[in-house]
Amino acid sequence: MSSSDVRRGARPSVMPKRSSSGWSLLGSEISVLFRRRRTCAMLAAVALIPILLAVAVRLSSEALAPGEGPPFLDRVTQNGLFVGFTAMVVAIPLFLPLTIGVVAGDTIAGEAGLGTLRYLLVAPAGRVRLLLVKYAGAALFCLVATLTLTVSGAIIGAVLFPVGPVTLLSGDTISVSESLARSLLVASYVTVSLLGLSMIGLFISTLTDVPVGAMAATIVVSVVAQILDVIPQLSWLHPWLFSHYWLGFADLLRQPLDLGSFGQNAILQLCYLAIFGALAYSRFVTKDILS
Amino acid sequence: MTSVTPELTPPAQSLAIESRSLTKRFGRQTAVNGIDLTVPRGSVFGFLGPNGSGKTTTIRMLLALSQATSGTITVLGQSMPAGLHEVLPRVGALVEGPAFYPFLSGAANLRRLDTADRHAPGQTRRARVHLALERVGLTHAADKKVQAYSLGMKQRLGIANALLLPRELLILDEPTNGLDPQGTREVRSLVRSLAAEGTTVFVSSHLLAEVEQMCTHAAVMSAGSIVAQGTLAALRAVGEARIRVRTPDTAGALRVLTHLGLEPTRAPLDDPDPNVVVAPLVGDSWLPEAIVTALVAGGVRIRGFAIEDPSLEERFVALTGEGFDVVQ
Repeated sequence: MSSSDVRRGARPSVMPKRSSSGWSLLGSEISVLFRRRRTCAMLAAVALIPILLAVAVRLSSEALAPGEGPPFLDRVTQNGLFVGFTAMVVAIPLFLPLTIGVVAGDTIAGEAGLGTLRYLLVAPAGRVRLLLVKYAGAALFCLVATLTLTVSGAIIGAVLFPVGPVTLLSGDTISVSESLARSLLVASYVTVSLLGLSMIGLFISTLTDVPVGAMAATIVVSVVAQILDVIPQLSWLHPWLFSHYWLGFADLLRQPLDLGSFGQNAILQLCYLAIFGALAYSRFVTKDILS
Repeated sequence: MTSVTPELTPPAQSLAIESRSLTKRFGRQTAVNGIDLTVPRGSVFGFLGPNGSGKTTTIRMLLALSQATSGTITVLGQSMPAGLHEVLPRVGALVEGPAFYPFLSGAANLRRLDTADRHAPGQTRRARVHLALERVGLTHAADKKVQAYSLGMKQRLGIANALLLPRELLILDEPTNGLDPQGTREVRSLVRSLAAEGTTVFVSSHLLAEVEQMCTHAAVMSAGSIVAQGTLAALRAVGEARIRVRTPDTAGALRVLTHLGLEPTRAPLDDPDPNVVVAPLVGDSWLPEAIVTALVAGGVRIRGFAIEDPSLEERFVALTGEGFDVVQ
């Protein structure tokens, strides 16, 4: 039973102090996101990409001619450290955007679909705080997904193929430890590349109460951007597409290290963050929650 | 000569909820049409109305989930939605049915929703969740996933969520939906005990009997407008008491009662017992025992005699022009 210390008619009641647990919603969001079976399944699928790739290369007897298949694939047999890079090239155009679409599209629409959005807001979570927490969760997923792919690639590469100093695109050779550092750099490049799409997904998610719709729309946006990116007549538009630098991490595999495309990519993604963040904000703070 | 109109509404600080000309339109359709809600602090306020009369839309506006088209709302002395960050931590709510993450356990769901409130201390979270679950009788199912819960259990979990912190105001939208009779009784006694602690409880329902049994005040919504509002006693006083005589000699009873100056009628056709005569008891003209004496003297065999208090049901059906689900 409740304690008898509830002061009858004590009003205005003492406002409880804002506890320092303002971060606990973020913790809760992350734990709900990553303990969800769907998230685990997607990460497992991401981890499978380099494994499938490495096993296929290992089992085939024919040596690939240089330039055949995805970039770096011909180098995998000589050095297992290339498995991660190759898998990243394979996963960026479709598979990673797909998982981001699922996570980012689900952010607000998923809560609305379950009906939990109204309870979060009545708690009150605060609409801006909820948006920030949801975006932080999606961004963390981008990082975890790319790291999963990188780590899985490094492990399977080391198991199935010889590992040694890596010959870079520029012809220079770097040590194994430096190549692992480059792998992490590539993972962070790809994470940054996906931040713009995540924000687009968050915005789309505020538009609907049907999570599947938001997920599909986000994935469609990513596909359309990539199609536009290969139409030469639209070359003026290409530098403004969020997907334009997605495959640009080859620059990170040169000596000396060229961070130019990293910077350009980051600035472009920041623009998308600002624009779609503002759209999501203006849409969500005035939205009638009718779910 | 100017007449002074008596101050009908209590001063604002003694009100838990107050709305003025609150209106909500969806396109051309008006869901809530200029309502003036007055919910005194400490009351158990029944918000009645048929399905689709605008109750939930009103509650959404009170909780700042949706914006009013026009009009003002004051909750716990602060204007909404401007003061929502100060007001909502003091309000527990169940809105349009419970909603939870099906893949989390009941306790995990409550912890998740508790983290959303920045005023909820994290150190006591587990203890408070445990206490809330205990209060609604869900301790045994605390670690079960919500997808395995029955509708009644979800409803209890929804109420537990509203009780995670001591609240000044509880807004419960159809709290007994999906509960069995035992669960309904438990919710009623829970509401009474909360009210006894000083919490104002605002309960919406389409079940009249429920409101009659637990509320001190009520408002009746019909098609987006409030058609009656006040204490339950005042709402009831508009109706009149009546006598109900069960007898095989219905003709004799009708004759005797008419002779006494009453206006008796046979029981309505849908009454399960055809041998019943009812008559409104106008004012204090006749004492019940005098009526019984007259009936017996007139040779009417009485098998049952009762005085029925004015029924809110008839009044509300008259007000709303629609039937209520009075059967539980």
